[in-house]
Amino acid sequence: MDYKKDFPIFENKDIVYLDSGATTQKPKMVIDKIKEFYENSNANPHRGAYGLSIEATEIYEDTRRKISKFINSRYSEEIIFTKNASEAFNLIAYSYGLDNLKNGDEVVLSIMEHHSNLVPWQFVTKKTNSSLKYMYINDEYELSKEEIESKITNNTKIVSITHVSNVLGTINNVKEIIKYAHKKGAIAILDASQSIPHMKIDVQDLDADFVVFSGHKMFAPLGIGVLYGKREILNKMDPFLMGGDMIEYVYEQETTFAPLPNKFEAGTQNVEGVVGLGSAIDYIEKIGYDNIKKHEEELVKYAREELSKLDFVKLYLTPNIKNHNAVISFNIDGVHPHDVASILDANNVCVRSGNHCAQPLLRSMGIDSTCRASFHIYNNKEDVDKLVEALKKAYNMFEKWIVKK
Amino acid sequence: MSELDDLYNEIIMEHSMNSYNKKELPNCDFCEMGHNPNCGDEIKLELKLNGDIIEDMAFLGHGCAISQSSTSVMIDVLKGKTISEAKEIIKTFIDMIKREIKDEDELKKLEDAIAFKNVSNMPARVKCALLAWHTMEELLEKNGK
Repeated sequence: MDYKKDFPIFENKDIVYLDSGATTQKPKMVIDKIKEFYENSNANPHRGAYGLSIEATEIYEDTRRKISKFINSRYSEEIIFTKNASEAFNLIAYSYGLDNLKNGDEVVLSIMEHHSNLVPWQFVTKKTNSSLKYMYINDEYELSKEEIESKITNNTKIVSITHVSNVLGTINNVKEIIKYAHKKGAIAILDASQSIPHMKIDVQDLDADFVVFSGHKMFAPLGIGVLYGKREILNKMDPFLMGGDMIEYVYEQETTFAPLPNKFEAGTQNVEGVVGLGSAIDYIEKIGYDNIKKHEEELVKYAREELSKLDFVKLYLTPNIKNHNAVISFNIDGVHPHDVASILDANNVCVRSGNHCAQPLLRSMGIDSTCRASFHIYNNKEDVDKLVEALKKAYNMFEKWIVKK
Repeated sequence: MSELDDLYNEIIMEHSMNSYNKKELPNCDFCEMGHNPNCGDEIKLELKLNGDIIEDMAFLGHGCAISQSSTSVMIDVLKGKTISEAKEIIKTFIDMIKREIKDEDELKKLEDAIAFKNVSNMPARVKCALLAWHTMEELLEKNGK
């Protein structure tokens, strides 16, 4: 299937886009839906008693129900809209972490966390005198069962872990980790930002207490994210941001707060983002996760094979292909990733270079940056071939200057 | 590609991959760290003065070819200059990268550092080229020079 034709950007730009891990391109269907909303239904939800505002409210709340169904949450009020995954993690850290952690407690993360699921926990553990611990990867870039079970202890109160590493593409065995966290009496938080664009997430099956993801990595507009939380936990938490629409009664000195989900959605929301996210889910469901998986598995297998043929390229990925998703980090030995990315860019190949918001991971691997190619359904084997060709050009430019260590 | 070939020219490649200025400077008078947090490029500039004259300079660090060569070339250009000459050259270099130079003749004082002119066409790499020069500016300012 040629999915590229669904994405107008590829008609307007002659590029090989290999940075879907940072943000995906947007299908025409999503772009059109946002336009349609502004042309027909735009008003501020929950505010007006007039028909148009009620229409906007219905669209907004229908999308919440759509997301609830999409990730199989029990209640739609368990879906909270945020501006991105970082805000969702901050919400959990402030509204749950600050009130539930104390001296002697532990928060356990994996070393492969994005800064968004790391920096808030540093803040909260320092504030509460609790401690922050990491599960490290083995030489196959995976978390071993031994590592997981040695770090999650009876003192652990929060385990927060990414489903898929945004640097390594490693798929973590999160169902087992969540189960083990619960066994030890901790709550479990899942960062699904890199997984939900590629695979079905069922929050009840995973039994995570919170699940976080951003919309823009799954074909939705920039600036919309989702927090799922179990209703009984969300109900006990204080609000995170205060202001409009999250209240019940406001007196001069006191306020009572709105019930879920409004309690956590202060101020006018990114309604166009919500509308776009709803349409992005329609797009994913139209294609089907089975087809996405089939397309990507074949493509990633091909990319792994072709890149492995380049003896000047070092790949950072698990040898277990079944544990590997659509992200490949690599370096040309002796050439800095930014120089490689500039040369690839001159060949119309877009990859990310740098630390990918995961400095502790890269430091633990003894490197400070990589190039990263990440794939989605609009990529094909020709894109991989172009990447390989451009890498050869980059190597040729630098070859005679590379200092062999 | 041709613009890129111009960018990764002989001067830049030589200085980035194997620079004689990349070393520790014993008995240096001043040193300053420079850092681009987004990309992880890091340099440590070391400076030895003789009165008003930059007697010697060296650097340590790691990063892309542009940031490392720019540091090394800057050292070549500034060595032996007075502090006020150095400030003038730094300003000219920064203006060149930001495309704020009106009179091309001014670029002559940059000597080999003119090799970075094409960076001004590559917004993504501007901060790589400027790291050393901003760090040197800060070093002088901090130490009241």
